[in-house]
Amino acid sequence: MISQNLHMFVLAAPLLSGILVNLLGRLSRRWISVLTLGSLGFSTVGAFFVLLRVLAKGSFHYTVGNWTPPYGIELLVDPLSALMLLLVSGVAFLASLSALKSVDQELPGKQHVFFTMYLILVAGLLGLVLTADAFNLYVLLEITSINTYGLIAMGKGRAPLASFNYIIMGSIGACFYLLGVGYLYILTGTLNMADIASRLPAQGGTAAVATAFAFILVGLCVKMAFFPLHGWLPNAYSLAPSGAGVMIAPLMTKVTVYLMARVFFVMYAPWQSTGHQGVHPLVVWAASAAIIAASALALSQKNLRRMLTYIIVAEVGYMVGGIWLANAQAITGALLHIVNDSLMTLCLFLAASAIVYRRGSLDFNHLGGLYRSMPLTMAAFTVGAFSMIGVPPTAGFFSKWYLILGGIEGGHWEFVVALLVSSLVNAVLFFRIIEFGYFPTGEQAHGHGHGELAVQEAPLQMVQPLILVAVALIAVGLGSGWIVNDIIRLVVPGNF
Amino acid sequence: MTMASSYSIAPLVVVLLAMLGTIPIMLSDKRPNLRESWTLLVAVGQFLLVAAMLPKVLAGGEYVFTIAQVLPGVPLQLRVDAMGMFFALVASFLWIFTSIYSIGYMRTLEEHGQTRYFAAFALAISSTIGVAFSANLLTLYLFYEMLSLSTYPLVTHEQNAEARASGRKYLTYILGTSIGLVLPAMLITYSLAGTLDFKTGGILAGVGSPEVLSLLLVLFIFGFAKAGIMPFHGWLPAAMVAPTPVSSFLHGVAVVKVGVFSILRIIFDIYGPNLLFDLNLNVVVTTLASITILVASLVALTQDNLKRRLAYSTIGQLSYMVLGAGMVSAAGMMGGMLHIVMHAFGKITLFFCAGAIYVASGKKYISQMDGLGRRMPVTYFAFFLGSLSIIGMPPLGGFISKWNLAMGALEAGQITLLVVLLVSSLLNAAYFFPIVYRGFFAQPAEGSSLDEVREAPLLVVIPLAVTACCSVLLFFFPNVFIDLAKLALGL
Repeated sequence: MISQNLHMFVLAAPLLSGILVNLLGRLSRRWISVLTLGSLGFSTVGAFFVLLRVLAKGSFHYTVGNWTPPYGIELLVDPLSALMLLLVSGVAFLASLSALKSVDQELPGKQHVFFTMYLILVAGLLGLVLTADAFNLYVLLEITSINTYGLIAMGKGRAPLASFNYIIMGSIGACFYLLGVGYLYILTGTLNMADIASRLPAQGGTAAVATAFAFILVGLCVKMAFFPLHGWLPNAYSLAPSGAGVMIAPLMTKVTVYLMARVFFVMYAPWQSTGHQGVHPLVVWAASAAIIAASALALSQKNLRRMLTYIIVAEVGYMVGGIWLANAQAITGALLHIVNDSLMTLCLFLAASAIVYRRGSLDFNHLGGLYRSMPLTMAAFTVGAFSMIGVPPTAGFFSKWYLILGGIEGGHWEFVVALLVSSLVNAVLFFRIIEFGYFPTGEQAHGHGHGELAVQEAPLQMVQPLILVAVALIAVGLGSGWIVNDIIRLVVPGNF
Repeated sequence: MTMASSYSIAPLVVVLLAMLGTIPIMLSDKRPNLRESWTLLVAVGQFLLVAAMLPKVLAGGEYVFTIAQVLPGVPLQLRVDAMGMFFALVASFLWIFTSIYSIGYMRTLEEHGQTRYFAAFALAISSTIGVAFSANLLTLYLFYEMLSLSTYPLVTHEQNAEARASGRKYLTYILGTSIGLVLPAMLITYSLAGTLDFKTGGILAGVGSPEVLSLLLVLFIFGFAKAGIMPFHGWLPAAMVAPTPVSSFLHGVAVVKVGVFSILRIIFDIYGPNLLFDLNLNVVVTTLASITILVASLVALTQDNLKRRLAYSTIGQLSYMVLGAGMVSAAGMMGGMLHIVMHAFGKITLFFCAGAIYVASGKKYISQMDGLGRRMPVTYFAFFLGSLSIIGMPPLGGFISKWNLAMGALEAGQITLLVVLLVSSLLNAAYFFPIVYRGFFAQPAEGSSLDEVREAPLLVVIPLAVTACCSVLLFFFPNVFIDLAKLALGL
């Protein structure tokens, strides 16, 4: 049955074409774009149908190769994972349009290597979204991480060093996660998440379980760059090739947050609710501190992409705080924010990529007069910026709404204040960029103040996905009522 | 109150008209005449559409349209009720004359970036109408923010260092307060009441402690900083760096009145006058407004830059409207509402005149304008009428609103407020009359010759003459607005 296995095809397409790209891409560069766009386009369409099917017929568990759990690997296709499937493949598809151009410019002759890693990374992310097995999750996490290290190391200048830093931190995170899973395996004798969850309450060894969760969650926190474990991210993401940044930045941290949500819902919350001491308030405080600190760090940056990387770190705080507030509003906000933040980050990184294609640099002093020379790019950038600030009707406003409401209902005013402060800081950050772009710089002005700059947009292939994402940000904003009611509410566990 | 409410796409069409109008405006970048035809077409079309909805609203009906169900219990929804119609009618009517005036002004001064200017202007008016037609606080907030953002390129139009600094100040005040104060206030309101709908009589009665409701009100009043309640007024004088048509329409009418309109919505339709009175919050409102009225009028006296003097005058006058609403007496609220119209026509005339003087003579400072009135009699006479209306003298529209405000103060038994009104009216006269007097009767300064100066081009003079005449007409025929205000206030 094709329709039952469709998600497997969605997953397999980038994996197989990733290998083909390496072989055929050596022969002719044309194969690279055909295979990349073909497989990711297929995955996007496929993921869309998977989502429709799940919404129509309900979620289902899928056993890979018919090996029954707890021994075989189980995949869970529910509304949220189907939505994430669509998000990952869609974002990867749009990003690849732009990446194909910028990689041609930045990494001539290495395109096939780049897109091999790119596609396998996407396959890994798609797998992460679906898996219901704690160990399989580890394997996929490493697959995605290793490809990310490779992609980042292809960047210019100090990128290999940044990648090395990331390897150290990423490996520590992975070890922590694996140790935690090991503990749980010793305690329960299974690796299937649902299975673990059903056996945990019977466990007497609270300290052991708590240690296991501590390892797992800290491990994930490193991988998602939760402040203060974020040190690797700004360098890695800002020195990576533009083509890698446009896909990694929107997806990696968000998928990891999604994993934390899964671990939280499926394993942690049921165990914790059986009467164990929770650490919720502590994590929410930490998230609030993370938001404020990362926002402050963003303020001190002098390069657009570096500024964006610190915003990513702040946004991770939004979602982690939302999950750990553990009320329906906040969780809804956190899950919706995973979608929204991916799209806004994609929008802003695509714009950054287009600007760097023409201007060669993203330092603030290179951004003068951009509204005149790249009007379409900047229009889309502005939409992305408004979404980050949280101006309705862009998507960012609505997830922030649920998050703040969750903070108010949970009585966590520090989280409310952190979100508002971060919105204000984002307003300052982005209006600074908008101001740079709006006012011509000294030499452009020719002393008259009204210099006419020639319009010089990035190639169409980079601008098209950008415009599409900008429109999507408004569409998702207007449609957020539907997304929340028909998808997210279905997966927020009833006891929240 | 029974109301015939009909589901209709008309409100959306009105809002979208100007918003989509930006597209042909931008596409006609190289053909100014075509571009300006689009602006005029959209302006007239918008006014006619608004006017077409008037009869039904006057009969007590409403038009409703839901754009999207975005949050549980809070749709993005447009609703044309009496209060929205009241504001939309003024804004869309004045936009027509502002457009004509803009064309004359921008072309005479050979300004750069005119396409951007007209596009941003269209977006701003679209947002203004959106605020007027918002059915709930979220929708209002959306259009309020859209207005802030679309006016940024207008404020910074000159693109020089001064514009940059003013643009920053503008956004810091406007965006800072809307995100920092209104957004949390809106969220708290939602978590208390479960809805954000504007409802006659309010939605907050009996849902929160007096302390929380008092705090909320202060957040809202300061948060809608476009109303210029002190100490959040500093953006308005700074915004005067914009071209004069922007100052006249946006910072004399649309933007600032969107602020007042939002506060009135909060007072009438979120709190409800009764709740306000029961919690004694009307005192908070009237105190804040009175302080602003007096201080702004005093500061206006000291300004030599004509546009800045007008800006401070605006700050003071805006608080009249808030003051009226805060009196919670029938005549007071009526006066506050009516002052929206009367001040709009008066102040836009004054700003138009300031622009005409600048276009004709290049002068910005009152001290340089001695004797100018004899060279520009039409402009100066219009200025005279406009200032009479603001001061509140018959036979000009401003008298009607001030009279109602004074009666309202008596009705509420608050003699202090009456004194505030009288003192401030004297101050208004003190900062306006010298301008007119020096224009007509003072001798030009040594060495400066005014022989070259004559009236500004017709496209500039006609709009200001029309709005000045309207100020007179409003004294004799204020009925449409009085009827709408009565409907809106449920009197």
